[in-house]
Amino acid sequence: MKEEIIIAGFGGQGILFAGKLLTWASLIEDNKVTCIPSYGAEMRGGTAHCHVIVSREEIASPIVEKPSLLVVLNRQSLDRFEKRVLSGGRIVVNSDLVERKVERKDVRVYYVPGNELAEKLGSSLFTNMVMLGATSFYTGIVKLESLVSSLPNLLAGKEELITSNQRALKAGYEYAHAAG
Amino acid sequence: MPSRKVLLSGNEAVGEGAVLAGCRFYAGYPITPQNELTAYMARRLPEVGGVFVQAESELAAINMIMGASSAGALAMTTSSSPGISLMQEAISYMAGMEVPVVVVNVMRGGPGLGNIAGSQGDYLQATKGGGHGDYHMMVFAPSNVQEMFNFTQEAFRLSQKYRNPVMVLADGYLGQIMEPLEIKKAELPPQNQGWILDGAKAREPRLLKSLYLPSEDLEGFNLHLQDKFRRMEEEILWEGSEVEDAEKILVAYGTSARICKEVVRIGRRAGKKWGVFRPITLFPFPYQALQKIGKGCEKILVVEMSSGQMLEDVLLAVDDKNKVEFYGRMGGSLPEKEEIMKRLGSGV
Amino acid sequence: MKPLYKRPESLRDVPTHYCSGCGHGIIHRIIAEVIDELGIREKTIGIAPVGCAVLAYDYFNFDVMEAPHGRPPAVATGIKRVLPDRIVFTYQGDGDLAAIGTGEIIHAGLRGEKLTVIFVNNSLYGMTGGQMAPTTLIGEKTATTPKGRCAEREGYPWNVVEVLKLFPGVTYVARGAVTQPKNIRRVKVFIRKAFLNQVENKGLSLVEVLSPCPVNLRMEPFEAVRWVEENLAEVFPLGEFKG
Repeated sequence: MKEEIIIAGFGGQGILFAGKLLTWASLIEDNKVTCIPSYGAEMRGGTAHCHVIVSREEIASPIVEKPSLLVVLNRQSLDRFEKRVLSGGRIVVNSDLVERKVERKDVRVYYVPGNELAEKLGSSLFTNMVMLGATSFYTGIVKLESLVSSLPNLLAGKEELITSNQRALKAGYEYAHAAG
Repeated sequence: MPSRKVLLSGNEAVGEGAVLAGCRFYAGYPITPQNELTAYMARRLPEVGGVFVQAESELAAINMIMGASSAGALAMTTSSSPGISLMQEAISYMAGMEVPVVVVNVMRGGPGLGNIAGSQGDYLQATKGGGHGDYHMMVFAPSNVQEMFNFTQEAFRLSQKYRNPVMVLADGYLGQIMEPLEIKKAELPPQNQGWILDGAKAREPRLLKSLYLPSEDLEGFNLHLQDKFRRMEEEILWEGSEVEDAEKILVAYGTSARICKEVVRIGRRAGKKWGVFRPITLFPFPYQALQKIGKGCEKILVVEMSSGQMLEDVLLAVDDKNKVEFYGRMGGSLPEKEEIMKRLGSGV
Repeated sequence: MKPLYKRPESLRDVPTHYCSGCGHGIIHRIIAEVIDELGIREKTIGIAPVGCAVLAYDYFNFDVMEAPHGRPPAVATGIKRVLPDRIVFTYQGDGDLAAIGTGEIIHAGLRGEKLTVIFVNNSLYGMTGGQMAPTTLIGEKTATTPKGRCAEREGYPWNVVEVLKLFPGVTYVARGAVTQPKNIRRVKVFIRKAFLNQVENKGLSLVEVLSPCPVNLRMEPFEAVRWVEENLAEVFPLGEFKG
C-alpha cells in the first residue's frame, strides 16, 4: 500500500493541521509517513497545500508529483491540482467552496459539503476535520479512531478543541458513510 | 502497538538533536525556511538550563556562538542561505582560532534574496571555504528527519574532536518535512576544556587568536590546519543504494537523493540496473568510494537542486569524465522523476 | 619598605609596540591596575578588537581573545551568558565600535548585557594609516579626507556616549581623556566604576577614552595631547553621563 496525497485549500483553512493529523494517525498505525507543507507567504492567504505520503515501505522521495489522492477545500486548489492526479486516483472535494464538477473521468470523485457540516458544529473552521473524516471513510488510508486519538498530539492540553475537532472528524465520516 | 516515535519537522529535529548532544547556547536571527528551529531552541533551551539569544543580525549571532564556545559551552547557530553568507567572516575566524561550533544551513533559492523554497545552491560555499583564507569545515548532508537529528549530534561530536566549525547542510524541504523520529541520545565523549577561556585561575592566561604576523608563523599554523583537514577523511560517510551491480549510477545528496532513490526503485522493478551513490559528508567528499563504484559503470548522472556544484567533486572523483552527465533544477524547483529516467536513457 | 609604584600583575613585563605618545599603553595600564585592585584578574576575560589594540593580548596577563572587526560586544555576550560570574570586557577603537560594529554595541546596550566596554576614540583609523573615522571632527584632515572632513560630503561625527546613555540597559557611561595627569586619574575613576558595575551585576557600562594618535595626527606627542584636549574634547565633552 502506498498513497501519495495532496491536501490543498486556502491559507487559514487548516490545511497543514489536517496534514499533520493524517501524518500522526499514519504513524500510530505503524506506517511509514512523510509530510511536507507549503510554507512562507502562502501562510497568509493564497493557496496552502501539503504533500503526505503513507506507505508500508520505506519512503524514498517525499515529494508528491502525481497524487493518488487529492483532497481539495477550495476551487483554486482543484484547478491547480486536478490534472496531476494519477489515473485511477481519487479526489475528495469540498463542494461548498468548489462550485464546479471534477472534469477528469478516470478518477473516483467524492463530494462533501464540508463547510455546511462544519457550520452545523458551530464553525467553518472545522471544515478541514470534516473533510479528513470523510476521506478516512472513502479511502480507508487511515482509521477514524487513529485520527481521533492523534488529536491530543497536536492540541495537548486544549481539551475543548480536542473534543470539537473529534466531533467534526466523526461528522465527516458519518456523512460519507450515509452518502455512500 | 503504538510507536514510540514522535513526529517532528526536520528543523525541530535539529533542535532536539542539538539539545540532546549537550548544546547549551544558541543565537539566531529569523529567516525562512528555518524559523521553527529558532523557535524550538527559544522554547527548549531554557528547559535544560541553556541560553537562547535572539541576535540583532546573523553577524551578531555567529559571533555570539563564537564567544559562547570559547567560554566552554556547546554552541550552535542556524540560518538559511542569505544569513549564512553574512556568517562567513566569523566562520573563517573560528577555523583560524580553532573554536568548535555547529552551523546549520537550511538552504533556500538564490542568488540574492532568491526565494524561500528549498535549494542546494550553497554546496560550493559550504565545502570549499565560503569565507576567506585556507580553511574547510566538515559538512554533513542529511536526507531525512532522523538524519537531521543524528547528524546534528555527530556535528557536535566532531566539532569538538577537531576544534573546528562543522556545518549541517540541509535544504528547505528537509527543514519543513515532518517524519517520525526516534529520539536517541548520543553518547558524546567528554569535551577537551584545556583551551577555553574561563578566567586564568591557578593557571597561565590563555589566548584565542587567528593573527600571526610573521609569515612563517602563519604558514606553520596553516600547515597544522591542513593536516587537521586531511585527518577528517577518517570521518567520510556515504551511502550506496543498489550500486553493486549498477550500470548507471545517480549521484545526489539531501532531498535530491531521495528523489533519485525513488527513481532507482521504479527502475529496478522494470529490471534496470540503476543505483544511487549518496555522499553524506560533503567535506570531506568520498572521492575514493565514488571512484571505485564508478569504475565499470556505463553512466553517472549527477542530480542536484543547483546549477551543478557537487558535479565538480564528482568530476574530480571519477576516472572517465566522459560518462558523467548532469541534471539540475534551480530556484527552489525539484528534479523530476520522469526527467531523471529519461536522462538515464529509459522510456517511462 | 612599601613600593609606591610597580607593574600591575594584570600587565605582562614585555616591551610595547605602540608608538611614542600613543594613549593605548596608558589605558592598558589603567585597566590592569583596576583589575588588580578589584581582585578579579583570575576571572576576567578580555576581547581585543581589530586595530592597533588587537595586540592588547600581548600585554594583558589574563584570558583574552580576539574578535572580528566590530563584533566584540557579540562575542562578549556569548562568553558572559555562558559564564555569568566572570568579568568580561571589550576593548574597542572608534572604527571598531562606532562604524563597523555600530549594530553590535547598540544591541548589546539595548539588551543590557552585563559587560564593560572600553571605547578608545582617537578620531581616526590608526592601524590602517589614519583614515576618516566615525569620530573624525569636521575639518580634520585624514588620509581619506585630505582637505578636511566636510559635513556636506562625509557627514558628521557621532557621540556614542550621549546615545548609549539613553538606553535603560546601559547603566554607566562616562568619557575621559588620557591627556594631562588630572584627566588620566579621572579615566581611572571611570574605568573602575565601569568594572565595579559589572562586579555588582548591573547592566552595560561604557567608558569612552579620548586618546592621542600623534603619528596619524601628524603632530608631536605633546601637541597631539593638547589637540585632544582643545579640539576633540570640544565635540566629545568629558565627564560622567549616567550612573
